[in-house]
Amino acid sequence: MSEDLLLHMKDIVIDGFSDEQWHPIIKGVSLELKRGEVLGLIGESGAGKSTLGLAAMAFGRPGIRLTSGEIWFDGKDLMKISEAERQALRGSRIAYVAQSAAAAFNPAHRLLDQTIEASLAHGVRSAAEAAEDAKSLYAAMDLPDPKNIGFRYPHQVSGGQLQRAMTAMAMSARPDLIIFDEPTTALDVTTQVNVLAAMREAVDRFNTAAIYITHDLAVVAQMADRIKVLRYGEEVEEAETQEMLSNPKEAYTKSLWAVRSIQKPAETSDDYVLEIKNVTAAYGTVPVLHDVSISVPRGKTVAVVGESGSGKSTTARVVTGLLPPKEGAVLFNGTPLPPELKGRSKDQLQRIQMIYQMADTAMNPRHTVREIIGRPVEFYLGLKGRAVDARVSELLHLIELDDSFLDRYPGELSGGQKQRICIARALAAEPEVIICDEVTSALDQVVQEGILKLLMKLQKELGITYIFITHDIATVQAISDEIVVMWMGKVVEQGMKDEIMQPPYPEYTELLLSSVPTMDPGWLKGAVAARKELSIAEQTGEA
Amino acid sequence: MTDAPETYSAKDEVGQVRARRSRRERVWIELRKAPLTAWFGMIVIAFYVFVAVFADVLAPYGEADSSFGAYMPWGDGHVFGTDQIGRDIFSRMIYGARNTMGIAFATTCLAFLIGGGFALMAAISRGWVDQVISRFVDVLMAIPSLIFALMLLSIFGSSIPALIMIIALLDSTRVFRLTRAVAMNVVVMEYVEAAKLRGEGLGWIMRREILPNIMPPLVAEFGLRFSFVFLTIAALSFLGVGIQPPTADWGSMVRDNASLIQFAQYDFKAGLTPLLPAAAIALLTIAVNFVVDWFLMKTSGLKE
Repeated sequence: MSEDLLLHMKDIVIDGFSDEQWHPIIKGVSLELKRGEVLGLIGESGAGKSTLGLAAMAFGRPGIRLTSGEIWFDGKDLMKISEAERQALRGSRIAYVAQSAAAAFNPAHRLLDQTIEASLAHGVRSAAEAAEDAKSLYAAMDLPDPKNIGFRYPHQVSGGQLQRAMTAMAMSARPDLIIFDEPTTALDVTTQVNVLAAMREAVDRFNTAAIYITHDLAVVAQMADRIKVLRYGEEVEEAETQEMLSNPKEAYTKSLWAVRSIQKPAETSDDYVLEIKNVTAAYGTVPVLHDVSISVPRGKTVAVVGESGSGKSTTARVVTGLLPPKEGAVLFNGTPLPPELKGRSKDQLQRIQMIYQMADTAMNPRHTVREIIGRPVEFYLGLKGRAVDARVSELLHLIELDDSFLDRYPGELSGGQKQRICIARALAAEPEVIICDEVTSALDQVVQEGILKLLMKLQKELGITYIFITHDIATVQAISDEIVVMWMGKVVEQGMKDEIMQPPYPEYTELLLSSVPTMDPGWLKGAVAARKELSIAEQTGEA
Repeated sequence: MTDAPETYSAKDEVGQVRARRSRRERVWIELRKAPLTAWFGMIVIAFYVFVAVFADVLAPYGEADSSFGAYMPWGDGHVFGTDQIGRDIFSRMIYGARNTMGIAFATTCLAFLIGGGFALMAAISRGWVDQVISRFVDVLMAIPSLIFALMLLSIFGSSIPALIMIIALLDSTRVFRLTRAVAMNVVVMEYVEAAKLRGEGLGWIMRREILPNIMPPLVAEFGLRFSFVFLTIAALSFLGVGIQPPTADWGSMVRDNASLIQFAQYDFKAGLTPLLPAAAIALLTIAVNFVVDWFLMKTSGLKE
């Protein structure tokens, strides 16, 4: 074993408890990490990334047991030492940065107290020293007003700032190893850039080794020196980042890399199925939309892009009638729709359907697939008994599933299958317009591709119009005809895909496009430098 | 080394559940793991129900058959003796199971119908509908329920339908509170929004979208509420405004034979007589609680 080998996990086997028995989650994976090295762990959800990451500190979530293997950390086998000894390592020598900083911070304590908590608990340094150190860490993490930000409570800072504060917290005791578990997944792209840059810099400065867990290839390309691909709890392949990006060996890895390959030529038409005219809307007295006008051509896909809080989803709520606008109107096939849901006829409701982001909460967990898809068939089309079943079966085949799914509950389906059922439910109403609200953002890359292909196929066959709400530029490029960029409740621009994606951009569009990570490991440096020149970046509240 | 399929297929995606069991199998697995207390509770309840259903067959004498001597001692054809006007205590215990439990069951059902219905309506509509119903319920809950029940019973008379209606109304306030609270967590789900967008009516959303998702806490509450209703009826009967003679009922049996307790120094068994119906009430209450505890632990996922 070489001198600078910090972590060495050998043939790790981890079991998880479900259905009254233990199932293997990690099936004999080995992992080596040198001091100061960053390893990217990549895989779909359920691949065992997080479980393996936590196992690096010999920790298993409840219902998980480390069955066999050795975890050598700095010359000690973590599996052999006592729990108290392991406890002493965690937080001081090994730190963990969780996905949702908002959930990981205690809302009742100030940031500073939480930042230095681990240092104090492990007696690394005195409170005063640790507090001074925390301030310099905040500065290193590029947080605004580093001297005073520690006195704020978690709800008083933004999500991106909180994630950076959490990295500072992990750094406080100067650990040898930090485990980042999808730290930027919950952030907007425009925010993500800053957080990534700050984390990368901190890791470099303190020569900390890190395990970076993510499902986003472009992100890992920025962060990691080496990449390990996991699937079904087994290692698929491991290589240096540059090598992995340019020359993946396994078929599975290649499929991950090739996901963003969908291309569709943009088309438009002058026949507008839906027109949003000068809509201004507010939640109570809080204004959300300002004079929004969007025209949706028939049979085409209009992508609405913007970060969270830009008014994308609110626009959808106005169209569906859940939020009556203060001013303006929504025209459907040339006639204005009643602003309130209650005022709309069954026929009007039937023509506009909606697909949600979280298929989990969009389907009643106590209804079978047959009931979920069958209900709109019988509600709108008035079919009964056998006819409903026949139609449901037809719809299932349309979404590339079969009759064996009829009597399953949503809990028995995978993420992609659930979203397909939601699509079938929308199709069952035989709509003209489907509003897709971030339909792929909760799904893994390969599954996303499948769903997008399905949506495009359905559009071709049935001539459905999509309003596609998303913050993912890659998705937009893949499927849209027209793009609407929204920012702070206003439409920044609307136009054909090719126009919007070509310079010159309005400033916000440029910021958005420049924030999307690419597979190039050198991208991060360039992006950070480029956005410094954009004055608008200040206004996003994250800089 | 990977078993990655070359082409992606939605059908082959692995869902969350590996083994699918029928409902009966799942229930049986849960039952086998049930703790001793839960088993005890279930057996006791089953026994009570059996006695209540077959009261006519099991009881040696009629419910109101007063053709025997008053205050006869235990034994001699009357296992637990006779009461103050010569009715067989054992037979009345058996009939009491039917009457008290039957009325309590009907009352609880009615309370859930009223409380649950209004709660779902309030949770779905929100706004002023919710405000009006909720504040009315607050007012009802502010009045001590036993005193309120006594008052209403003296106004409407102590007939069994009146008894059921009044207790059901008073207990429905608790059901309302619980149902509204759990339903509030469900109405914000997107599938409820989807149903509203589809144009579904209030009835469908109540019955099909929300109710199936809040059943576990409601079932547990049903058991607990049943115990309370049962105790309330017994208390009212003991006070003389509940179930009226000659209908046998455990609450009034305690009162009728209460004086016997002072003879315990002469005839120990006779002294026990008023405690028999009281013990029957206590045992059922405990049994129901055991089962409810277990059920709550199962459905809420709490381990301790």
